Amino acid sequence: MKEQLKIDFNKIQKVSNFSNRDIEIKKSYLNKFIENGFPNRKQENWKFLDINQIISNNISDLSFYNDYSIENKIDSSIFIDDLEHNKIIFINGRIEKIDFSYEDKKQIEIIEDSYTIDKSENNNSLIDLNIALSNKHFKILIKKSYSLKKPLIIYHLTNERMKSKNINLRLDFELEQNSSLKLIDFFSDDSEKNFMNIFYNFNLDSDAILKNYKIDRSLNKNLKYSFNNINQKQNSISETFVFSAGSDYFKNEINCNLKGEYSSAFINGIFSLDDNKQHEISTTINHLVENTKSYQLIKSVLGKNTKSAYQGRIYVDSKAQKTDGYQLSKAILLDETSEFNAKPELEIYADDVKCSHGSASGSLDDNSIFYLMSRGLNYKQAKGLLINGFLLDVIEKITDAEIKDLLKKMIGLKK
Amino acid sequence: MDTREKDIENLKDYKYGFTTDIENIKAPKGLNENVIKFISNIKKEPKWMLDFRLKAFERFKLLKEPNWQKPKYPKIDYQDLYYYSAPKSMKDKPKSLDELDPKLLETYNKLGIPLQEQARLNGIAVDAVFDSVSVATTFKGELTKHGIIFCSMSEAIQKHPDLVKKYLGTVIPTTDHFFATLNSAVFTDGSFVYIPEGVKCPMELSTYFRINASETGQFERTLIIADKGSYVSYLEGCTAPMRDENQLHAANVELIALDDAEIKYSTVQNWYPGDENGKGGIYNFVTKRGLCKGKNSKISWTQVETGSAITWKYPSCILKGDNSIGEFYSIAITNNHQKADTGTKMIHLGKNTKSKIISKGISAGFSDMTYRGLVDINSKAKNSSNYTQCDSLLMGNKCGAHTVPYIKNKNFDSNVAHEATTSKISEEQLHYCQQRGLNPEEAVGLIVNGFCKEVLQQLPMEFAVEAQKLVGISLEGSVG
Repeated sequence: MKEQLKIDFNKIQKVSNFSNRDIEIKKSYLNKFIENGFPNRKQENWKFLDINQIISNNISDLSFYNDYSIENKIDSSIFIDDLEHNKIIFINGRIEKIDFSYEDKKQIEIIEDSYTIDKSENNNSLIDLNIALSNKHFKILIKKSYSLKKPLIIYHLTNERMKSKNINLRLDFELEQNSSLKLIDFFSDDSEKNFMNIFYNFNLDSDAILKNYKIDRSLNKNLKYSFNNINQKQNSISETFVFSAGSDYFKNEINCNLKGEYSSAFINGIFSLDDNKQHEISTTINHLVENTKSYQLIKSVLGKNTKSAYQGRIYVDSKAQKTDGYQLSKAILLDETSEFNAKPELEIYADDVKCSHGSASGSLDDNSIFYLMSRGLNYKQAKGLLINGFLLDVIEKITDAEIKDLLKKMIGLKK
Repeated sequence: MDTREKDIENLKDYKYGFTTDIENIKAPKGLNENVIKFISNIKKEPKWMLDFRLKAFERFKLLKEPNWQKPKYPKIDYQDLYYYSAPKSMKDKPKSLDELDPKLLETYNKLGIPLQEQARLNGIAVDAVFDSVSVATTFKGELTKHGIIFCSMSEAIQKHPDLVKKYLGTVIPTTDHFFATLNSAVFTDGSFVYIPEGVKCPMELSTYFRINASETGQFERTLIIADKGSYVSYLEGCTAPMRDENQLHAANVELIALDDAEIKYSTVQNWYPGDENGKGGIYNFVTKRGLCKGKNSKISWTQVETGSAITWKYPSCILKGDNSIGEFYSIAITNNHQKADTGTKMIHLGKNTKSKIISKGISAGFSDMTYRGLVDINSKAKNSSNYTQCDSLLMGNKCGAHTVPYIKNKNFDSNVAHEATTSKISEEQLHYCQQRGLNPEEAVGLIVNGFCKEVLQQLPMEFAVEAQKLVGISLEGSVG
């Protein structure tokens, strides 16, 4: 793999035009990745689902080379019709279109960003890989007190040209004071056996609001990893919702740094898995100052041969008095081959806090099924109704009415 | 001075902190095959036992010291320890208590564990372990009547080799983790209990561990076998002198419950915790594991952990037999610079197995407390259930409380529920108590005892009283 990486890295540099400084930085991250390789189960964060093993089982001869100069055709049929929205379209990891037609152009800036060396010691080798191999990356800046009129949908599309490839992409978002952004990540694939590695970095200034909805619904045989790093200042709010269902493997990692007083973070997620799918949500909420709040609710419905994992970590610094932290994960196991893993973790160094977590897993309640069947539903309907009710709980946490409706329609909870 | 104040006075000097000046026989310093042979030889062990040790030592050489735990400690030099230390007077084992070195008797009297049977009114049979050897076991006659074997491990190896051979290392194999393997190679003494079929042990059995000599590690090995339909309740207590150095205690405890048998294992651990600046104290790195081998068997762990500089242990249950039950009740209290990383593992293998975990952690001062637990429901463990509750209480903002539960559910018929909370004592509760005439410290004591009650209730009577006192004392000075 080492040789392959080096060859592919050089090939990418030939077809792209990075500054010498950027290339140096990328090289240092490449070397770091070569040294550490893909994460494996020996690392705590990868204990339940070992990406190294999953990649080698699913993709033979993973290639890291991506020719970002080839233009791809945009297939407009996959666009979401029910909702007026701004678009960023990635096809095979290449930005094909950026369209903010609903917005005041003066309030949004799209800046081509150069790389900087991340001083914080991250131990995530997938981020190293991302920095080393991703194409030019952009920063989207939303100016002071501007709220986007329509949501922004980022389409992550792949076409059949891609096979056994590693796709890396990165976006940075800067939300200035009192601004707000609703962001939907929509995944749709016409390819298989690729490994997608997405890295978002969000900086929320005071009073800013970020709502990020990640929808992985259409069935595909790709492996995906997404990392959201969110830095929050005073009074800012971040809401992250993950609908995790379509890909063969998907790990969503969310790292939230609550650096300003009265900032809050909400993370809600649904796993709805069938047929050999393995998904994970891993969160870290760092409560670093007083009066911060976080809330997490994760629910799983697991079918045949599936595995879901939830690792949630709440860290409360000794300065962060009056912290409120809450985690709840629940799972319904539908088949004897399904598996649920959880590690809800609390790490607390301040005494005036309220932190709790809960986790429950089991099968569908026989009494409830019996109740519904005695009222005339057949088994399948009764089961469906119970599962929908179980998941609706999470959907109801979505604070944006339009997007909530869209999701309900997508999942089939509403006609 | 009322008794409570006296207790507090005592604690300031850790009342068990004295040393007994007694002549010792020690193995040469260091860890190698010769030392293992020395231990085996001085204990006059048969060859199979020596082979067991050497096999473990071979394996040990390949293992690396684990480093994933929360409390970090300076590297232990395993070559700089004495692996065997025994009072000289024990060389030729005294036949009865009358022949026992009076100094030893005095030590145990000072600890509140009189070994003379006439002095014991509460009817608990005691096996007293001093450094590396068991010095006395009381109430033997009474127990023998019921066919119960309660003796030191060394004696069991001599007198009941079949039982030891059959069960030793079946729950904690010689190929287990670093400290367990080290123990298998160099263990010195401990207790051996065998309860025959259908016998309900008429009294509590108890072991009292005492580390006396300096620069020694205590490697105790306990094996408890409850045969079909039997019941036993076993208590364990521990203390050590105050020393500036850190001392290692790496014990292995194996429990085996056959069909319909029940073992109740209670620990009140009060090793020397180090002084208020975190100097000295015991490293309590213990492997405790119970195997519910038979149908309808039950193993219940209860622990009150107040001592030790670092506590690092996870008393576990392997629920192999159908309908077997595993329970874990724990209170862990850390103060000053103490650190604890403790919890349990419940491995569900059999059908209809049930487990319950109640863990209460209290941290004060500069201490750090971690609950780490695993609930693993195997795909064959149909209709199993687990309930876990772990609550932490923080006193002051220099300490930490952490909860790291691992939950693996591979069976769709089984239910796993986990709850955890972390908070401090609320102002309202304190205000309410103070309003009714309690001073702040009494109020905290009352609330903490209430917080721990669920676990304290599980302890046998005599221990419960002691533990309750200990809880109050351990938190002394942490309020305000």
